[in-house]
Amino acid sequence: MAAAAPDLRDFVGCETEGGTLRVALRGRWRLLEARPAFQDLVTSSAVPQRLVFAADGVQAWDASLPLFLVEALRWARANGVAVDLSPLPAAMRGMAEQVVAIGLHPPPPPERPGLTTRVGEATLDAARKSWDVVTFIGDCVLALIRVARRPRQFRWADCAAEMQNCGAMALPIVSLISLLVGLIMAYQAAVQLRQFGADIYVADLVGLAVVREMGPMMAAVIMAGRTGAAFAATLGNMKAGEEIDALETLGLRPVDFLVLPRLLALGLMMPLLALYANLLGILGGMAVSWQVLEIPPAAYWVETQSIVDLSDVSSGLIKSVVFGLLIGLSGCLRGLQADRSAAGVGKAATSAVVTAILLIIVADAIFAVVFNLLGI
Amino acid sequence: METPDVTAIAVEHLVCGYDDRIILRDVSFTVKPGEIFFVVGGSGCGKSTLLRHLIGLHRPRSGRIRFFGQPFTEADVEERRRIVRTFGVLYQSAALWTSSTVRENVALPLQEHTPLGPREIDDLVTLKLAQVGLTGFAEFYPAELSGGMRKRAGIARALAMDPSIVFFDEPGAGLDPVTAREIDALILQIREDFGTTCVVVSHELDSIFRLGNRLIMLDQAEAGIIAEGVPAELRDTSEDPRVRAFLRRELPLRGESSASHQPRPGG
Repeated sequence: MAAAAPDLRDFVGCETEGGTLRVALRGRWRLLEARPAFQDLVTSSAVPQRLVFAADGVQAWDASLPLFLVEALRWARANGVAVDLSPLPAAMRGMAEQVVAIGLHPPPPPERPGLTTRVGEATLDAARKSWDVVTFIGDCVLALIRVARRPRQFRWADCAAEMQNCGAMALPIVSLISLLVGLIMAYQAAVQLRQFGADIYVADLVGLAVVREMGPMMAAVIMAGRTGAAFAATLGNMKAGEEIDALETLGLRPVDFLVLPRLLALGLMMPLLALYANLLGILGGMAVSWQVLEIPPAAYWVETQSIVDLSDVSSGLIKSVVFGLLIGLSGCLRGLQADRSAAGVGKAATSAVVTAILLIIVADAIFAVVFNLLGI
Repeated sequence: METPDVTAIAVEHLVCGYDDRIILRDVSFTVKPGEIFFVVGGSGCGKSTLLRHLIGLHRPRSGRIRFFGQPFTEADVEERRRIVRTFGVLYQSAALWTSSTVRENVALPLQEHTPLGPREIDDLVTLKLAQVGLTGFAEFYPAELSGGMRKRAGIARALAMDPSIVFFDEPGAGLDPVTAREIDALILQIREDFGTTCVVVSHELDSIFRLGNRLIMLDQAEAGIIAEGVPAELRDTSEDPRVRAFLRRELPLRGESSASHQPRPGG
């Protein structure tokens, strides 16, 4: 867009007559093209007592001409100069006068609340949000009780579809990540343990770490990013599209319909995914030991079996059920809380992932303490 | 405003479709500068498809579109972008950017495409909002506005660059009759103020007869135009039962369904 100063004479012809400056507008006035500034017109001549505009020579104009007039009107007001716009076409004149009139009464800027108000509002907001969380969990528990009483009314088809979605469809990504985690851990362990001739203990380290911690944890983090975000986005979109309102007005509970099938699907699929992740992690460790440390896979497997017992596996699986429920809860809750807009859906998805990962880590820490106390 | 001897829009033998589906077959028509031109027809007849092809969101299978004599379909990407800037489009849902205020919505095209400074842009936004009757709502977000106000804001954005052609996709859809009439009055006002060419996709008969200088009627079975002319004349003189049924709100007689092939008056 060329911003070169336009030639004033292409647009305006001036004629001074006593104290009156007659401004004859002419030429083409286009927003996309450069146009003169009114200020240039009046610096070149003495301040007149009266301004008279005419537009007989204007070939084409759009809003850029009224903008020029707005400038003129503001300048005239500031300098106490009378302006006569009456020779101009009504539309042109009307637009300029409209802008000047509105410009004189700008809406007051919104008041910024004080610190006390903001702290108070934040506190109330936090209380409201906590109450929402408690209510939501309560709703889910009640829904679960209803399902236990009348299992035939549960949306089994939806649940099965979700299971496929968050179970079988997640296998490729879970395989890749778990295998790589196993590989990485084995590599790190191999470098250290080899110095002491304790090569075979790579199997112990990888086996225990994967089965007790990394398998369930990595599967959960993947599912938080993959499925938790999807839950939030789907439910948020449904909320924006009034689909959830439609359920409510049909007398159906959104929690029974939308949340519980997803929650159960994740709760059931997570331990299976964790088990699968365990296996792949051990395979990763086995591959590194075989290639780098030259431990035969059979020996690695025997060593793993000797150190990993059922309580290790089951502690991991118990955790993964809880992780699954946490991911499902945070995804669905954020989705249902989403603002009814595209940005709201995006925020809900982000928030669902962040909340889920936070809860997973906190829950894992609690489990570590509890299992330690119980001696598992 | 523009030299009157050129056509504003010339469409020649346009074929539109998605994937392997042909929606419109061999559509030709012209729109004169300063005209309010309606594209009408029942649901699913291809009105919106035609609009989306006209404003360059889709490329036609074949055929040509020219705006004020400039070829659009054959133009390269840069040229198309330049031509598109001379349009304004009001989408059915208004399509305001929800994370921006009304002011920011209207100001964006001005900031991007004109050499104006921030103060001038502010003045211009004030003017555009005043024109559509939204003075005082500049700092509102779209979610805080009613449906009619959102449409008005959409019109203000469409008009921001003083386009030579404005396309309206179902401007009255989802609005109460009073608000719909107000939007119609706005369309007339825009034409009066700037001589803007308006293309309106609609099936609101009231608007068609109140505003329309000319119309084309599309038909799903025909995949093309079945009538072209002045709305009131078509209503009174058309022999085509489909056109009569539509413009007179009559139910088509049995055996005269839209699938039957009747002579095509004016088409």
